[in-house]
Amino acid sequence: MLDADLTLSRGTLELELTLQVAAGEVVALLGPNGSGKTTTLRAIAGLQPIAAGRVELDGTVLDEPSTHTFVQPSERRIGYVFQDHLLFPRMSVLDNVAFGLRSRGERRATARATATATLERLGLTDLAGARPHELSGGQSQRVALARALATAPRLMLLDEPLASLDATAKAAVRTELRHDLVAVGGPRLLVTHDAVDAAVLADRLVIVEAGRVVQSGTVEEVSTRPASRFVADLLGVDLLSGVGDGRHAVRLASGAVLTLADPVPDGEVSLAVRPRAVALYATRPEGSPRNTWEATVGLVEVDVDRARVQLVGPVPVTAEVTPAAVRELGITTGATVWASVKAVDLVAYER
Amino acid sequence: MTRSRPPWPLIPLAAIGGLLLVLPFAALLIRVPWSDLGSILRQPIVTDALRLSVVSATAATLVSLVLGVPLAWILARTVLPGASIARAVVLLPMVLPPVVGGAALLFAFGRRGVIGEPLYESSGFLLPYSLWGVVVANTFVAMPFLIATVESSLRSADLRYEEAATTLGAGRWTVFRRITLPHAAPAIVTGSVLCFARALGEFGATVTFAGNLQGRTQTMPLAVFLALESNREAALALSVLLVVVSLAVIIPLRDRWLGT
Repeated sequence: MLDADLTLSRGTLELELTLQVAAGEVVALLGPNGSGKTTTLRAIAGLQPIAAGRVELDGTVLDEPSTHTFVQPSERRIGYVFQDHLLFPRMSVLDNVAFGLRSRGERRATARATATATLERLGLTDLAGARPHELSGGQSQRVALARALATAPRLMLLDEPLASLDATAKAAVRTELRHDLVAVGGPRLLVTHDAVDAAVLADRLVIVEAGRVVQSGTVEEVSTRPASRFVADLLGVDLLSGVGDGRHAVRLASGAVLTLADPVPDGEVSLAVRPRAVALYATRPEGSPRNTWEATVGLVEVDVDRARVQLVGPVPVTAEVTPAAVRELGITTGATVWASVKAVDLVAYER
Repeated sequence: MTRSRPPWPLIPLAAIGGLLLVLPFAALLIRVPWSDLGSILRQPIVTDALRLSVVSATAATLVSLVLGVPLAWILARTVLPGASIARAVVLLPMVLPPVVGGAALLFAFGRRGVIGEPLYESSGFLLPYSLWGVVVANTFVAMPFLIATVESSLRSADLRYEEAATTLGAGRWTVFRRITLPHAAPAIVTGSVLCFARALGEFGATVTFAGNLQGRTQTMPLAVFLALESNREAALALSVLLVVVSLAVIIPLRDRWLGT
């Protein structure tokens, strides 16, 4: 497992964070651009020496300034999938994947055989003879993973594995990568600024802000109980503050009362609302009378596969619906809609 | 880019400039005794000079490759105190009058030179007025062309590929051999050709340091200069030969080096 305690400064960034990744665990380092995610990976890989602290992998100290220990990156056996993949342009896919083994002194034939087996494992056999410039973004990303995997690393690092892909390819590659990461095994640490990617790919999230860990936990834990507005915004989860009645109701500052399925603490609480749990209607919905309110539409952001609708009114939350729903309901800024959220979709916790 | 009509004052000036560059070649070609060219080229003064030029320019290019590529790497990649001064000194022979370079070489390696004197007294080896002297003079003048070309390529290389190789287990030498060198290969070829061409045309440093001895140190440019006094036909033949070689160098390189 990886045990890292990193202190270093780079430009305006002051990085100071501790991080553990257990064998068999996929951890996502989630944070906005410039929060030190890539620097963290570089420090672990040895591309950026730390100023203080310690990097330890499977009981071996790799970097510890206090004891003048520094293991060269080439000796660390850490696989690194770079954001731009960095496939060697003058080599075929097969030679790219065989590169690490050749560098470690394997004979060409042996290295190629292992590289072929690795490509086969990821279902990339057909690409063996291709040149990097002939690959699509998703293929190139998977070849980069194969190249790192071929050297049987003790830890796999992935820097923004999905960031360089266009929106249409992203969903498919994300699903493939999820399977690939299972095949990789061992401790895996990936960096992303996208909460959905993190949620899909990782077992555990580590949220970083300005070089520091602000929260860590399973995706469920972090998204239902974000520690701060920063984390809530990053995850796309809305946080409302209100007063719990000790039973099943929370009264918001606006006076609106929301009912929860689970018991609610008595006193000041935070209420987490997932935008996807908020449903919108053109007229007052029939049936369930609870947790339904009339709202005015604020900003509307329409993406390829989803739309985010900001609601102004007694319950200030964001609803995530399909672009088709936006058209059908005639949702535009200033329009009036009805919104509802199920009692089981609300999570309240003490502030 | 669309081609546009030039403002009229440019036309006569450009024409004069062009003529100034082209007319001498035309005159040279007019005066060449084409019918006797074959027999002239077989004269000893010509064959000796040709052989010496090819041998010394080739040797200077090889020496420049072996020594210049490592030097270019050091200049491009390491953070040394006074690196910009070191770079200027290394490239100085590109702009220095070659005769000054030859004089400097004499003061270093001559019979009474700083290094030359102890070397001569201990081993009897004397660099000036020998083929080795020609090679040293050629290298001194031509190697900076190779260094400048290769250094700028190394400087513009994307170091992240080298980092990627490192994380895959490649040591420094493997990274240099399999990532850095292939990337710099086009620049190394360009630099070598420029270096060879410059060595082939070397005159000032060679004549100062190695003298003008037919069959020993007299390269083609030196032979041309000497033959102009006594054997004009040989001078013309050698000149044509050098023009052809220079054209062969500049035509394939003009796009890459001149950046069009």
